[in-house]
Amino acid sequence: MANDNVMHVSDAEFDSQILQSDIPALVDFWAAWCGPCRAIAPVIEELAGQYQGKVKIAKMNVDENPVTPGKYGIRAIPTLIIFKNGTVVEQITGAVGKAMIESALQKAL
Amino acid sequence: MPNGPDLVIIGGGPAGLTAGIYACRARLQTVLLEKTSPGGQVLVTDYVENYPGFPDKVSGYALIDQMVAQAKRFGLSIENGEVASVAPRQDKGVIELGLAGGKTLSPRSVIVATGASPNQLGVPGEKELTGKGVSYCAVCDGPFFRDQEVAVVGGGDSAVQEALFLTKIVKKVYLIHRRDELRAIKLLQERALSEPKIQPVWNSVVEKINGSDQVESLSLLNRETGEHSSLSVQGVFIFVGIQPNTSFLKNLLKTDERGFIITDEWMRTSVQGIFAAGDCRAKPLRQISTAVGDGACAAFAVEHMLNGY
Ligand SMILES: Cc1cc2nc3c(=O)[nH]c(=O)nc-3n(C[C@H](O)[C@H](O)[C@H](O)COP(=O)(O)OP(=O)(O)OC[C@H]3O[C@@H](n4cnc5c(N)ncnc54)[C@H](O)[C@@H]3O)c2cc1C
Repeated sequence: MANDNVMHVSDAEFDSQILQSDIPALVDFWAAWCGPCRAIAPVIEELAGQYQGKVKIAKMNVDENPVTPGKYGIRAIPTLIIFKNGTVVEQITGAVGKAMIESALQKAL
Repeated sequence: MPNGPDLVIIGGGPAGLTAGIYACRARLQTVLLEKTSPGGQVLVTDYVENYPGFPDKVSGYALIDQMVAQAKRFGLSIENGEVASVAPRQDKGVIELGLAGGKTLSPRSVIVATGASPNQLGVPGEKELTGKGVSYCAVCDGPFFRDQEVAVVGGGDSAVQEALFLTKIVKKVYLIHRRDELRAIKLLQERALSEPKIQPVWNSVVEKINGSDQVESLSLLNRETGEHSSLSVQGVFIFVGIQPNTSFLKNLLKTDERGFIITDEWMRTSVQGIFAAGDCRAKPLRQISTAVGDGACAAFAVEHMLNGY
């Protein structure tokens, strides 16, 4: 299911789109070879619809964008990081349920 | 919800999906609740070599895609939802399910197919460095360790299979096992012991995982000699057994001492109307093939119960 609410962000856009974002942002670090990443993809899409205008929801492909994952020491995917005013407020590793992601988002709002 | 479905299946791994196929073909109105999306542990598996029907091995993804397509073909409704509580209401003939997020469902029967999750070692540094070099999924995280040295902890099928997978990516795999021989099936042992990139570290346990921001080394204890040592690695992959995803049941069902649900041959649990299938169940062998068998049998048992056979 394609969803326009999830943006794909690259290393080059990361600063302007995520760190400078005026609303909190959630970034889903993923790769095509990762099964659990695929498992949470629909959840991320749903959340993007639900939190439209409140949280920017983005995905970053770690194969195509090595710089940002390196900067945040990511060595496991899926990793979800919630940013607020350019700083990390929450980091979740592994394919967790929607409820857990939502409670992290609520805290960041 | 006054008129709940006939059956709710909790969990969309091989057990839940198979139960879905059988239940839909029996024309039971069935909903499968999955907290992420279907697949379960099969999605952390690179290739499956021992599930019949695929002589050239099959990827975890591909197998699950086929199972989902097959279940949907017979009308299984797969919904996103995480079950947080289960309460039988014998007076009303339903089971009340509470979902994380507040929704409730009141089906006439339930199949628990929530599978299992990896055990942790429970040593200092493990929690702090999870996602920073400590991993429970080689297929997910292996590629971050290209040409580096890593350790795999464990000696069973999963540990050995994943160590072999990692040799395709990393420079060296130390296979740390508490005994002096592997527990994995012979075929996997033969492959591992003849793989030059795998170096077994026998009779050893991890006491501590060290690193400030990323894994840097492991503190090991040799159980034979009592000697302590340090092993420098960038990653550690832990495969030391699994634990059932049954804590949300809060002692409602009879389980063994590790929390695996006890059932009879019909997959009936200690509570009327609640069945269990797959890795969450107390049984000798936890594999896709046995999960599939359990799922089929549980749906059959539900059909018998609801139709009063
Ligand atoms: C690394 C590894 C390699 C393996 N290799 C093989 C192999 O080669 N061959 C083989 O046959 N087997 C293999 N297995 C074992 C096999 O994957 C399992 O036996 C099988 O997946 C069990 O199926 P299941 O449906 O019981 O549970 P699972 O696959 O664990 O699925 C359970 C599902 O339930 C969901 N769930 C859990 N709790 C809830 C809740 N409260 N609400 C809603 N949903 C929930 C989970 O998200 C999950 O999707 C391997 C396992 C591992 C870990």
